[in-house]
Amino acid sequence: MSTTPMNMIQALNSALDNKMTEDPTVLSFGEDTGYFGGVFRVTDHLQKNHGLTRSFDTPISESGIVGAAVGMSTYGLRPVVEIQFADYIYPAYDQIVSEAAKMRYRSGGQFTCPLVVRSPYGGGIFGGQTHSQSPESLFTHISGLKVVIPSNPYDAKGLLTSAIEDDDPVIFFEPKRLYNGPFDGWHEKPVSPWKAQELAQVPAEKYNVPIGKARVMREGNDVTILAYGTMVWVALAGAEHAGVDAEVIDLRTLVPLDIETIEASVKKTGRCVIVHEAPKTSGFGGELSALVQERCFYHLEAPVARVTGWDTPYPHAFEWEYFPGPQRVADALKSVMTGGR
Amino acid sequence: MKNTPPLSLRVPEPTGRPGDKPDFSHLQLDDAGAVERPEISTEPSQMRDMAFRLIRVLDDNGEAVGPWNPKLDPDTLRRGLKAMILTRTFDDRMHRAHRQGKTSFYMKCTGEEAIAVAQGMVLSREDMGFPTYRQQGLLISRGYPLASMMNQIYSNAADPIKGRQLPIMYSAKDYGFFTISGNLGTQYIQAVGWAMASAYRGDNKIAAAWIGDGSTAESDFHSALTFAAVYKAPVVLNVVNNQWAISSFQGVAGGMETTFASKGIGYGLPSLRVDGNDFLAVWAATSWAEERARTNQGATLIEIFTYRGAPHSTSDDPSRYRPADEHEQWPLGDPIERLKQHLIKIGEWSEEQQTAAEAEAVEQVRAAAKESEAIGTLGQSRPSVKEMFEEVFAEPDWRLVEQRREVGV
Repeated sequence: MSTTPMNMIQALNSALDNKMTEDPTVLSFGEDTGYFGGVFRVTDHLQKNHGLTRSFDTPISESGIVGAAVGMSTYGLRPVVEIQFADYIYPAYDQIVSEAAKMRYRSGGQFTCPLVVRSPYGGGIFGGQTHSQSPESLFTHISGLKVVIPSNPYDAKGLLTSAIEDDDPVIFFEPKRLYNGPFDGWHEKPVSPWKAQELAQVPAEKYNVPIGKARVMREGNDVTILAYGTMVWVALAGAEHAGVDAEVIDLRTLVPLDIETIEASVKKTGRCVIVHEAPKTSGFGGELSALVQERCFYHLEAPVARVTGWDTPYPHAFEWEYFPGPQRVADALKSVMTGGR
Repeated sequence: MKNTPPLSLRVPEPTGRPGDKPDFSHLQLDDAGAVERPEISTEPSQMRDMAFRLIRVLDDNGEAVGPWNPKLDPDTLRRGLKAMILTRTFDDRMHRAHRQGKTSFYMKCTGEEAIAVAQGMVLSREDMGFPTYRQQGLLISRGYPLASMMNQIYSNAADPIKGRQLPIMYSAKDYGFFTISGNLGTQYIQAVGWAMASAYRGDNKIAAAWIGDGSTAESDFHSALTFAAVYKAPVVLNVVNNQWAISSFQGVAGGMETTFASKGIGYGLPSLRVDGNDFLAVWAATSWAEERARTNQGATLIEIFTYRGAPHSTSDDPSRYRPADEHEQWPLGDPIERLKQHLIKIGEWSEEQQTAAEAEAVEQVRAAAKESEAIGTLGQSRPSVKEMFEEVFAEPDWRLVEQRREVGV
């Protein structure tokens, strides 16, 4: 397949466009996603290309958007809805948790919800507490949901395609700080565009990246870094800054988790650092840490470390003190390399 | 600040509590036949008064009168009556089964049988109904096997939903009966979405949803009405106002300020209000809304005015919060008695036939119970424990595989 450079927005848009062309049961809707194409432009031109009834605007009602999508999916459609910011997803929580996630189970398989909830998430954009949150662990905790988070255009397109084709509900969080370029957390340096990156070479045609498979972003021998979303790039920068031969794993899917890749890597390196933007307490890092401890305890040379957002609301003026940057990753790596003391 | 008296907080209270004489003097009831029937194509703005009236067809003498009379043939009337009798008989039997320790939970629809039975007959089983837990009449009127209902209630090895849900949370896709959620109101917007999907696909199926007076306060009610109006979804939206949400009277949900039907007006939806204990009136209002939806003219909100004769559930004791004889005093009577009276009045039924029909219902329920209880009641029989781990996803991931192995199934 020939490829062209795409940023993450274009790659996601391409996935939607391909699927809507191929499958008339796929439709896209959300706040401002129709004519205008979404506040981040991810659904740009879908209405023009596929018609008003396949890509349309909705009332400002997240519970209504997801509730309607639940009904549509039980009819047999594959709706892909956008929640404008992950910070706005909470009104839809009941429909996601009590309804979409439980539908197959509670109906003995009579009704299913093959729907995708797309939502930009995460910080690094001076969005304050209502445009920066990372609520993924509120969904990884729910049985019946898959949770997918891409970190680059190539994976974004392939994973969204797989999410749309999945027969169960998928929460698809898009790291909005990565929409226009890989961001490594050195916020004072100039922003680099996607087009220079190999992972921005995206085929125009449909392809799949399987849900449940991690990507080893950098092979290394000294320590394993588990990250997803924006933190994949921060982890790479942190390892470089620390001068540590880290193996950086982009989880890509939190549920189902690629436990084999994690286990093999930690058993090889004997050390593990987990990086995420969400607050530390009950964050997904806690789950990862427990799994590593359960499965790799006798291979560990140091305690598992977590570099995360603080247990505060996401602040506006203190963006870079809150945001886990490469310096904090580097510090954690150095600490782990000396046994965690 | 103006020199005004201090503010005071109003908390609504019902007209009667235990020990009080039931008082229904505040109800504004229309006489049977008194309410005009607008054309199905009427603009919602031209029929707003319907939300404050009460459509009734059967009068106190058992005559079917007025423009809403659906003029059903006697066979249909008898089928409806028998389905209502069967529903009540089934309820009584399962309520007893709970008392006998055969199940953990049950919910009756006593006094509300006309609603689900008439609506289950008007709507097609190809349509999708999104019910609450008090529309068992949908299943019974469509001939769903009583033994399958019991198997669900007993969570036994033949439970169609494999022991995963609280008793009475049925799911019967082939009968146009959506899986019941215990989270109130969630199904309302789902029904709108289902209806939007049908319209999007150019299908001819419609959806219907039920919600209680109490749950109209949920935000899903609001989003459902908004979406239904905005996208002109082919859906019949029913509010079953049975006066009580567990122990909270309908005033706590806003019923003292306006009718529940009138809530549709603000969304631009045609809104009807109908006597829920009048089989013919429920039939007629539902048919009006069904035709409107089927002909792509959009959604209708119907407030179905009735009284919850039964406790909320087997875990509830209404004598602690409402007058004991409120149900008997309900001014709109009993749906089974009223349809029976009508059939007798038109010479199509008799007391003897009624007695025979009741006996037949008891026999049907007894036969079903025998079949179901032979498999087992709660605890005596259950689906394989492996069902606990099945159908969380289409395919289990490694966690479920490992956990299932840990349980040893």
